[in-house]
Amino acid sequence: MTAPQARPRRLPRRRSLAGWQFVAPFMLVFALVFIAPIGYAIHLSLYRRQLIGGNSFVGLDNYQRALTDPQFWSALGRVAAFLAVQVPIMLFLALLVALAIDSGRLYGRSFFRVAVFLPYAVPAVVATLMWGFMYGTRFGLVGNINDALGVTLPDPLHPDLVLLSIGNIVTWEFVGYNMVIFYSALRVVPTSLYEAAEVDGAGQLRVIRAIKLPAIRGALVIATIFSIIGSFQLFNEPSILQHLAPNAITTYFTPNLYAYSLSFSGQQYNYSATVAIVMGLVTMAIAYLVQLRGIREER
Amino acid sequence: MRRPGPTRVRRPGRSLTLTALTGIVLVYSLVPLIWLLVNATKSQQGLFSSFGLWFAGDFALWDNVVETLRYDDGIFLRWLGNTLLYVLAGAGGATLLATLGGYGLAKFDFVGRRAVFAIVIGAVAVPGTALAVPTFLMFSRLGLTNTPWAVIIPSLITPFGLYLMWVFAAEAIPDELLEAARCDGASEMRTLFQICLPLLAPGIVTVLLFSMVATWNNYFLPLIMLKDPDWYPLTLGLDAWNAQAATAGGQPVFHLVITGSLLTILPLLAAFLLLQRYWQSGLAAGGVKE
Repeated sequence: MTAPQARPRRLPRRRSLAGWQFVAPFMLVFALVFIAPIGYAIHLSLYRRQLIGGNSFVGLDNYQRALTDPQFWSALGRVAAFLAVQVPIMLFLALLVALAIDSGRLYGRSFFRVAVFLPYAVPAVVATLMWGFMYGTRFGLVGNINDALGVTLPDPLHPDLVLLSIGNIVTWEFVGYNMVIFYSALRVVPTSLYEAAEVDGAGQLRVIRAIKLPAIRGALVIATIFSIIGSFQLFNEPSILQHLAPNAITTYFTPNLYAYSLSFSGQQYNYSATVAIVMGLVTMAIAYLVQLRGIREER
Repeated sequence: MRRPGPTRVRRPGRSLTLTALTGIVLVYSLVPLIWLLVNATKSQQGLFSSFGLWFAGDFALWDNVVETLRYDDGIFLRWLGNTLLYVLAGAGGATLLATLGGYGLAKFDFVGRRAVFAIVIGAVAVPGTALAVPTFLMFSRLGLTNTPWAVIIPSLITPFGLYLMWVFAAEAIPDELLEAARCDGASEMRTLFQICLPLLAPGIVTVLLFSMVATWNNYFLPLIMLKDPDWYPLTLGLDAWNAQAATAGGQPVFHLVITGSLLTILPLLAAFLLLQRYWQSGLAAGGVKE
């Protein structure tokens, strides 16, 4: 943050409660939709509903069950694999486009900026339906290409490929969003730095390495954390694709889909809350590690 | 030390190669939208018998639009109305709460400020969907499920929006301005709404844009909370239409799913393009580069 000598003058202490009138409304609703559900989930995860005798306290039994549950591990492994492949590709593409637009060497710069960002405005439901139809062999583009060329392309909705196909949908949705985050960070680089680089006769790649990349490190860390959280929460795309590819997507395809199925088809609320909490903890731990690494590299 | 002479940096010329390379990402971003536009002009038969990225012989766009709006007693318009309600109440409320909260955190030193920080930043890391099931169970005890409230109330909180407003208010509002207003005896609320609001406008528009997109595109929350199709937002409605083909005895209405999808994204794309300008200026406010 700021160095001690640069700290602004403390506001007078008599204002010590004035700030609350602004923060209180947010905090009240926050308590209702964030804190209370977290507390309730923890409570649920410690109990089990018996057919006879109602709820009974079972301590950490539900957690033990989750950690030895092959379906949970299969779901977790799937999103981990997804994350390892999809997040780097998406962020790399977003970074390239942001640097290209920022370089001022493109024809139609504003058009690029708006058009690449547009998919972010498309709901996940619509994005998934569009791509799902295009993937289709009946009236999709894949079917068209097969008919036209007399070939048989691999079916993107096949169980082996469906995760890659979902990765493509998610990449399409969020490349522009991440590009805008990076681009905004590039915009605040002071011109004097570029002037200095020019005086030193630094080439473009040198400028990118020495000025631009360090300037957007913070944005890169934030984008990585958001993308990781998003990957672990993967739900919308597989859930909607289920209707188009019923054999490829199981009820435990991702941890979230698993928690959802447990609750809404299985009525296993206690175990479902446990799966949700374990996923929350995993996500928080990984986000924290990424943040630590990001901060350490800055020093 | 500033050197004398021009402060403008010499710009390298435009490059066709770079434009073409970046153009690949552009094409990738736009092709599905073009596909949607083209296929909204096809009848159900046309969909199956024509090439995906070109028009079929019959131009059925108007018939499709009319049928989409009329199908099932005009339920699509009902869904549109629901979506607008959720966006106005949810995103509007979220922006108001985030603006008040962000301003309070940025400009006041109060008891418990650090605790507020810690709790909110910690909460950002909790996956929203991990909260969904317990929220559903809580709301069903309160008798809120299957009502608009179940969708609106959780939409009111955007930790990211609060963070954004806090950063923005800290930058945009000089402390001297607040001191001056206090010396003039203006109340704190009045100071915010009459003096600081114009300064915060770019930040507010940005938060509004993001929460609008989030509420308009919401799928998971309404999926859990709503059983009655009369309260569905558009996203859930389209999903239900798509699922019809997969159910036994259901009538496939792919042409309506595609046309409905197009109608669903048009208002949002329009809002996006219109707000984009403010939003760009909001982004540029921090920058000095040409």
